[in-house]
Amino acid sequence: MATPNTPLWEVFIRSRNGLAHKHVGSLHASDATMALQAARDIYTRRGEGLSIWVVPSTAITASDPAEKGMMFEPAESKIYRHPTFYEVPEEVGHM
Amino acid sequence: MPVANIQISETPLVLYTLRRADDALILGHRLPEWCGHAPMLEEDMALSNIALDLIGQARELYSYAAKVEGRDNDEDKFAYLRDVRQYRNLLLVEQPNGDFAQTLVRQFFYSAFADLYWRAMMGSRDATLAAIAAKSEKESAYHLRHSSEWIIRLGDGTEESHARAQGAVDHLWAFTGEMFAVDDSERGLIDAGAAVDPASLRDRWLKTVTGVISEATLTLPQNNWMQQGGRAGRHSEHLGHLLSELQSMQRTFPGLTW
Repeated sequence: MATPNTPLWEVFIRSRNGLAHKHVGSLHASDATMALQAARDIYTRRGEGLSIWVVPSTAITASDPAEKGMMFEPAESKIYRHPTFYEVPEEVGHM
Repeated sequence: MPVANIQISETPLVLYTLRRADDALILGHRLPEWCGHAPMLEEDMALSNIALDLIGQARELYSYAAKVEGRDNDEDKFAYLRDVRQYRNLLLVEQPNGDFAQTLVRQFFYSAFADLYWRAMMGSRDATLAAIAAKSEKESAYHLRHSSEWIIRLGDGTEESHARAQGAVDHLWAFTGEMFAVDDSERGLIDAGAAVDPASLRDRWLKTVTGVISEATLTLPQNNWMQQGGRAGRHSEHLGHLLSELQSMQRTFPGLTW
């Protein structure tokens, strides 16, 4: 739906201290203040959040799905970049 | 078969508590009438959220009224088995939703009051009322912010939104005086420190309201004649229609449970 007075915003919620803000969805609002209020009402009703970011959807630059071969496939063959070749002493426990 | 209304022993504290509970329940019933019909999904949710806060307040207040009264009434009986004349809510909260501006102006006038009122009631000598006030105050503070931001945008928006918001302010203004009125029954509770005198909050309420209204490029009516009656059970025609919907299941199938 075209909504010239209420552009789209992306909503990010941080659920706990120490965690990162995570994208949870989007909404329509006339400006940043209203977007923040709407985000509170739509995405934190069940106690999901301690902090909210709202970002105009137009501010996001996205990668092109058509370029995914060039963008992401070269990383797939480089298993040595995963830190799975180290032996972790038992005393360390879960890392 | 009509179901009989409950009888209530209206001591001052029972009456006081029912009045606040009725404000919250009736407004909490009005707002979700928008559910599925609001101008945008976001407000559909926002108004229903506010309503759920208010219904939560109503439940606590009704439960406390039942406990104070000490008969076999409970929150459900108070809500479902009293007729119009037994309801003691403000006339403001029973007014129809009208358009979106009217709903938000009604919410704004009430929330600006409720925010101050519950904050003051946190100092009540009645420990239960003070605890209910502490919870309600945070909710009301958000309701005030939500409605204030809308009033500013509607008033200072388009020609049409401005006209609608101004129309709502003019229409609802006469229902605001009742929030600050006190009768003999409540005076005793105020003197005992269990309740706060709402009249003492009027200057601060007017300051909040004036600030938002002027930022919204709207004006308050000069006419200060105020409509009253809700606290004494004399209501506008709208409450009967609201209650017939609210109570239809319990009146038709007494004792029905989900």
